[in-house]
Amino acid sequence: MLSHIQTVNSKLTTANCIHMSGNMNLTLKVWRQPNNDTKGSFVNYPAQNISPDMSFLEMLDVVNEDLVKKGEDPIHFDHDCREGICGMCSLHINGRPHGPKQAITTCQLHMRSFKDDQTITIEPWRATAFPVIKDLAVDRSAFDRIQRAGGFISVNTGGVPDANAIAIPKPVADEAFNSATCIGCGACVAACKNASAMLFVSAKVSQMALLPQGQPERYKRVQAMVAQMDEEGFGSCTNTGACEAECPKEIKITNIARMNRDFFTAKFFKQEEA
Amino acid sequence: MKLDAKIPEGPLAEKWSKHKFNLKLVNPANKRKYTVIVVGTGLAGSSAAASLAELGYNVKAFCYQDSPRRAHSIAAQGGINAAKNYRNDGDSVYRLFYDTIKGGDYRAREANVYRLAEVSVNIIDQCVAQGVPFAREYGGLLDNRSFGGAQVSRTFYARGQTGQQLLLGAYSALNRQIHEGKVEMFSRHEMLDVVVVDGQAKGVVVRDMVTGEIETHAGHAVLLCTGGYGNVFYLSTNAMGCNVTAAWRAHKRGAFFGNPCFTQIHPTCIPVTGDHQSKLTLMSESLRNDGRVWVPKTKEIAAQIREGKIKASDIKEEDRDYFLERKYPSFGNLVPRDVASRNAKEMVDEGKGVGSSGVAVYLDFADAIKRLGEDAVRAKYGNLFDMYYQITDENPYKEPMRIYPAVHYTMGGLWVDYNLQTTVPGLYALGEANFSDHGANRLGASALMQGLADGYFVIPYTLGDYLATIGPKAVDASHPAFAETKKAVEERIQKLLSLKGNKTVDEYHRELGKIMWEYCGMARSEEGLKKAKKMIQDLKADFWKNAIVLGKNEEFNQSLEKAGRVADFIELGELMIDDALDRTESCGGHFRIESQTEEGEAKRDDEKYAYVAAWEYKGENQAEALHKEELKFENVKLTQRSYK
Ligand SMILES: Cc1cc2nc3c(=O)[nH]c(=O)nc-3n(C[C@H](O)[C@H](O)[C@H](O)COP(=O)(O)OP(=O)(O)OC[C@H]3O[C@@H](n4cnc5c(N)ncnc54)[C@H](O)[C@@H]3O)c2cc1C
Ligand code: SF4
Ligand code: FES
Repeated sequence: MLSHIQTVNSKLTTANCIHMSGNMNLTLKVWRQPNNDTKGSFVNYPAQNISPDMSFLEMLDVVNEDLVKKGEDPIHFDHDCREGICGMCSLHINGRPHGPKQAITTCQLHMRSFKDDQTITIEPWRATAFPVIKDLAVDRSAFDRIQRAGGFISVNTGGVPDANAIAIPKPVADEAFNSATCIGCGACVAACKNASAMLFVSAKVSQMALLPQGQPERYKRVQAMVAQMDEEGFGSCTNTGACEAECPKEIKITNIARMNRDFFTAKFFKQEEA
Repeated sequence: MKLDAKIPEGPLAEKWSKHKFNLKLVNPANKRKYTVIVVGTGLAGSSAAASLAELGYNVKAFCYQDSPRRAHSIAAQGGINAAKNYRNDGDSVYRLFYDTIKGGDYRAREANVYRLAEVSVNIIDQCVAQGVPFAREYGGLLDNRSFGGAQVSRTFYARGQTGQQLLLGAYSALNRQIHEGKVEMFSRHEMLDVVVVDGQAKGVVVRDMVTGEIETHAGHAVLLCTGGYGNVFYLSTNAMGCNVTAAWRAHKRGAFFGNPCFTQIHPTCIPVTGDHQSKLTLMSESLRNDGRVWVPKTKEIAAQIREGKIKASDIKEEDRDYFLERKYPSFGNLVPRDVASRNAKEMVDEGKGVGSSGVAVYLDFADAIKRLGEDAVRAKYGNLFDMYYQITDENPYKEPMRIYPAVHYTMGGLWVDYNLQTTVPGLYALGEANFSDHGANRLGASALMQGLADGYFVIPYTLGDYLATIGPKAVDASHPAFAETKKAVEERIQKLLSLKGNKTVDEYHRELGKIMWEYCGMARSEEGLKKAKKMIQDLKADFWKNAIVLGKNEEFNQSLEKAGRVADFIELGELMIDDALDRTESCGGHFRIESQTEEGEAKRDDEKYAYVAAWEYKGENQAEALHKEELKFENVKLTQRSYK
């Protein structure tokens, strides 16, 4: 929590220093690829008269509207909520997932973080398990399949105990919450040189492993999810920490340690439960 | 056709239990012979799909995002209501019922609202069992807070991301059923029509948004859980993809549209900065628990703020007007949304608005920070403050936030009876897509409650009754209605793709939004509405001549997707205008300037307007027919709402 306060304040001073007043002209170097069967390439586009108050995606909207007027196919990218919570937006911006700023998604990035005349390179998430659909949009359904393999607590609707029947110590609840904030965007995979999905998977595993409700299936869950993760073709984790650095929700790599612990416990001691 | 709401007989508190007993059941062995189509995987859709699959039905679920977890429910911040009375502060099912009916300005059905309050307590239990990490107190039990329009603390929350946590809970239940093979999930699929066979809904036509393939899917019933249509205003707090297409297509196939003009304008959103703006961001209503809303007392001071000569913190206490506290001493900053929004607009119209545009009021935390300390405020609202800072580049710990109302929620939607069935048998509407529970104004933290109530606890019962009635015989997907509906969809797509004019679809959408906001927004008048109707008709004609739609159907084509949605929004816009014109009273979020009290508050006309307006589609460019469902109030006394 405290580190969070400091980030906010320090961000503010930096932001004040580079605060832009006039509009900007930029060059975009954008990955264009009609579909997964066709090879892609970079295409340059001018982005002119861009207000620093625009979000990054609004800047792309402006460029796209120009393209449409000229009868050219707009740049395709995924997005929906545009407020940093749905996890639909992606984009590798100047080599970094979700762009240059810490702890935000692409849709929360504003043009005031860029400089006039800058060239901005925009690529899709790059990972074998995330094939390109078109331009900047990739297929992240592998994440869904991992969750389906075991990312749930087996309760049916109805017939559950009163919500206050089990007290959960606040520090435990808070820790579970921190893991639960993952938005499933895939930036961790995109940031990792091995395209590992460990941060994402461990966040979900941790949330449930920490809560009393998650105990009965704890070891079965971790094995099922890890097995699916491997099947999807995500790389292995070599502890570089790149995922944590780029995660917009600041999911901690301690989740990976927790998952590994559970995974090995399951493997060596509790196999009968799996 | 006569509207029958199918409200069960008997005393209010017994209606739902009795009804559940009277509903027919499907034999457990027969359940697997039925297929149910669920369109939408937000709180309403995911919870319905999972619960129905648990019962043994086969479910096919659809969403337009790349994953069911991304439905717009994910964006809900503030919380979810439930009449648990964990605080011992006088809450009860009856009080939640009463607050919701009153908050909705007496334009909702008593029986529906009572049921909603009744099942609210089960929702929280369900979510906790799924592992939803609600906020807790040091003793380990669940925490609550109070939310706009309520004097008890009955709102459960999960930091500022209650929606994401509830949705992930429902998504996990859905995932479990997908894993079990009971739900087949179709992401990146957009529903474009309903297949009606002999008057009953028997399937849908969808487009695979990656390949462009147009598919038909058959089922014994179709559940539309497709969310709200706030994006008809172009700028709203909704996600970019939120649309009316599914509901509108159903409307054109015979489902009546209920109270389309009832939209909620949320008081606390980040103000617009320029024409490039693509959406508006909500600052959760919970902020009004600790934030104080004010403007400078005089126009002169406000002008100095706008010109950047002084800052908010330079304004002396005696020069500030905490207008909500002044006008509504007993509710203060916690008045319902419609009241808060209208008052903010009034201040701006009087020239007291702040920010460089002058279209904003302050939401100030200085007192809260003094009282509770910065850390406590951060613990409660930290992520909202961060979000505000990201967007505005201003630090709300130091200077008050600037806020202004924005379109947020649509109370209107497909008309449904007590069983959540539309006027087309076999076609149901759940969640924000229906009109049912919030009357003319929704109370904060009640949409999440309604979505999950519909999906977890209502539809599993009421759908069974219909399915038992029609029997498990397989739906004949070779019926010509399937091919015909598919052909109609394909033709419409080709018509859209043939548009090679000179105006972008976004330009049309923005224009539509401006018309709706100006004439069918926070204040509406006969003159303005009539003007708007003409403008929308012209816009529609122009769209189908001059819009630019690029590419082909057989590819991932966002240009085509957008065009289809905007075309439907334009048609809906006209119906909203008709509805607003018909209702010459003011109620809830619908403020007709011809109908106000001496103090400028909304003035209802219960004699003439205590009805649900249900509109029937009559064909291309024909006036829609209005059907009225009289609202009977047997338990509450209709009073002019007062939050003084
Ligand atoms: C910013 C914000 C904050 C909010 N905060 C709160 C809050 O704190 N408390 C509260 O109670 N309420 C809140 N609300 C309201 C509440 O979130 C929504 O009303 C509710 O979540 C709607 O749920 P739903 O399941 O009906 O629809 P949604 O969650 O919108 O889901 C719609 C689903 O339908 C699918 N869909 C739509 N059209 C099609 C189509 N044509 N084909 C296929 N699929 C389609 C989508 O893919 C999606 O899966 C908030 C709303 C917003 C915008
Ligand atoms: S762990 Fe972080 S980066 Fe990875 S999917 Fe979750 S939110 Fe995105
Ligand atoms: S668009 Fe939803 S997180 Fe960016």
